[in-house]
Amino acid sequence: MSDRVSTQSGDSAVKAPSRVRGKEQRLLRAGYIPLMDAAILIVAAEFGFAEKEGLRLELVRDVTWANLRDRLAFRQFDIAHMLSPMPVASMLGLGSNPSPTITPFSLGRGGNAITLSARIFERMKSLTGLADDAGALANAKALAALLADMRARGEAMPTLGMTYPFSSHNYEFRYWLAAGGINPDRDVKLVVVPPPLTSDALSAGAIDGFCVGAPWNMIASERGTGRIVAAKQDIWPLAPEKVLGMRPEWAETNADTVSRLIVALDRAARWCDDAQNHNELAEILSAPDYIAAPTSIIRSVLSGEFSLDAQGTTRVVPDYFLYHGKAANYPRPDQASWIYSQMIRWGQTDFSEEGMARVRSAFRPDLYESALGANAATPDEPGERSASGYDGFMDGEIFDPRDVQAHAEHFAVRSTSSGDDVTEA
Amino acid sequence: MPLLCCPGMSRSKITTDLTILVIDENAIRGSIIEEGLNEAGHLNVRVIHEMQGVARLIETMDPDVIIIDIENPNRDMMEHMFQLTRMISRPIAMFVDRSDTAAIEAAVDAGVSAYVVDGLKKERIKPILDMAVSRFNAFSRLQRELAEARSALEERKVIERAKGILMKMRGMSEEQAYALLRQTAMNEKKKLADIAQSVVTAAGMLL
Repeated sequence: MSDRVSTQSGDSAVKAPSRVRGKEQRLLRAGYIPLMDAAILIVAAEFGFAEKEGLRLELVRDVTWANLRDRLAFRQFDIAHMLSPMPVASMLGLGSNPSPTITPFSLGRGGNAITLSARIFERMKSLTGLADDAGALANAKALAALLADMRARGEAMPTLGMTYPFSSHNYEFRYWLAAGGINPDRDVKLVVVPPPLTSDALSAGAIDGFCVGAPWNMIASERGTGRIVAAKQDIWPLAPEKVLGMRPEWAETNADTVSRLIVALDRAARWCDDAQNHNELAEILSAPDYIAAPTSIIRSVLSGEFSLDAQGTTRVVPDYFLYHGKAANYPRPDQASWIYSQMIRWGQTDFSEEGMARVRSAFRPDLYESALGANAATPDEPGERSASGYDGFMDGEIFDPRDVQAHAEHFAVRSTSSGDDVTEA
Repeated sequence: MPLLCCPGMSRSKITTDLTILVIDENAIRGSIIEEGLNEAGHLNVRVIHEMQGVARLIETMDPDVIIIDIENPNRDMMEHMFQLTRMISRPIAMFVDRSDTAAIEAAVDAGVSAYVVDGLKKERIKPILDMAVSRFNAFSRLQRELAEARSALEERKVIERAKGILMKMRGMSEEQAYALLRQTAMNEKKKLADIAQSVVTAAGMLL
């Protein structure tokens, strides 16, 4: 690999990188999926943040999370845009190609939402008198009432789309459904739909709703085919989203590069959060090479202005999408523990102390902090955490990371380890 | 193609013939792979082009190997299916032997991904994947050659037009027009076709 970096055009030509030990890799291949939270990588590569640290990022657009996982494992990629549960699953040996993966950097907070078809939402309203500005929990309860009504009429259960078995979308959709009293394994059919296809699948009637990242919910609501019924912030504002994944042994042999990369991403993330840059950011993200979606919608996502439907019902979700603020980049092992609790809750794995240790080892705040030193944005948690644990959940739950097993098992709606479902009254 | 196993029964993996499912949205490539596998003596091959009903098919067919192109957006759906139903006994992505990095690289470069039932011997899987890789490569070579032939034709056309414009506007002979284009391309370190294209574009704006 070349240590040379191509010089920037203009006056601020990059000097040769400072002397480094060994022969670490400076040209990094990064895989990504076209989503809003690939922005930090895109900006780091396009606006010279990587070059400033003596690195070159070669971005490779991919189509599926399974591909990103495999190409990272098989060394086709050095780093990859990943769903936060993916490193956790890999450390637990779950999935069809589990290869150890860590993350030293989270790529943002927020961005997800749950959308139901306009048809289903209209039926929920006429059945329960649901208000247009009802909250996430009221919407979930109204869906539960509609499902009971549909069952009584002998109608088929709705099909709902999410993105990947080990995804924030899977766990958030299940969380929202279960909070309303719906068993996601029994009362609805959950399927996987690639994010860019969700809006079309909804229009075509192939699915009745979905949980996916930005900007796809807004695209469906602006088209009038979908109604947004919950945002990630409603379910749990601190819920982990995308992360930067890498192989632990690669991170070890390229420690200096990892450190430079974290610095570059930190700068890029701060740039992305600055509202002054949002027009430029929306411009580049909407390009066909990246997300290939209307600039105006990306601009709305950045400002958190939600069009809930095509009739002009709007809602502003504060901090709907954060690239850097509120310690968004800090890889919190407690978030990994929460993911573990949801994996156990839905029967993907069982609890063990060893599993707990593996799960937490996937998130590496030590690498984040040592790279950034005094600039590290570490969590200060007023309003997010009390002495008894994390709060802010839509169902009033409190998550205590010291007691993952009890948390996973105390939910009224969950899967049992035998694969059957239990729902207590 | 007849059903190859009895639903509900665990088919013995000692049988010499492996059951192979090829999922490819490109029908032509799918049949090229099928043909190659048949030629290599694998007769239990099934090719499908769309995902509808794939879960049931996999359940009844119980394939030992699933070959799917890397660009297929439905790979995440497959992951979910394996996770949910456990109908295939522990499918693993790509290769039985992870240490075989050269083979893995060749496969990923070719655009092949595969799921293999855990426990199958590497010697049995490798020839199948090698076959898929070589057929994928042959197919993309064909496509590339076709694309190159097309663009060569386009380039010739644009050069002809540029020559025509120069001949008409500057009263040059064909040889002189061609020489001017070539000299300009060399001076500007550009491709002849690019210079020709700019002549055509400029002429379009000026006339």
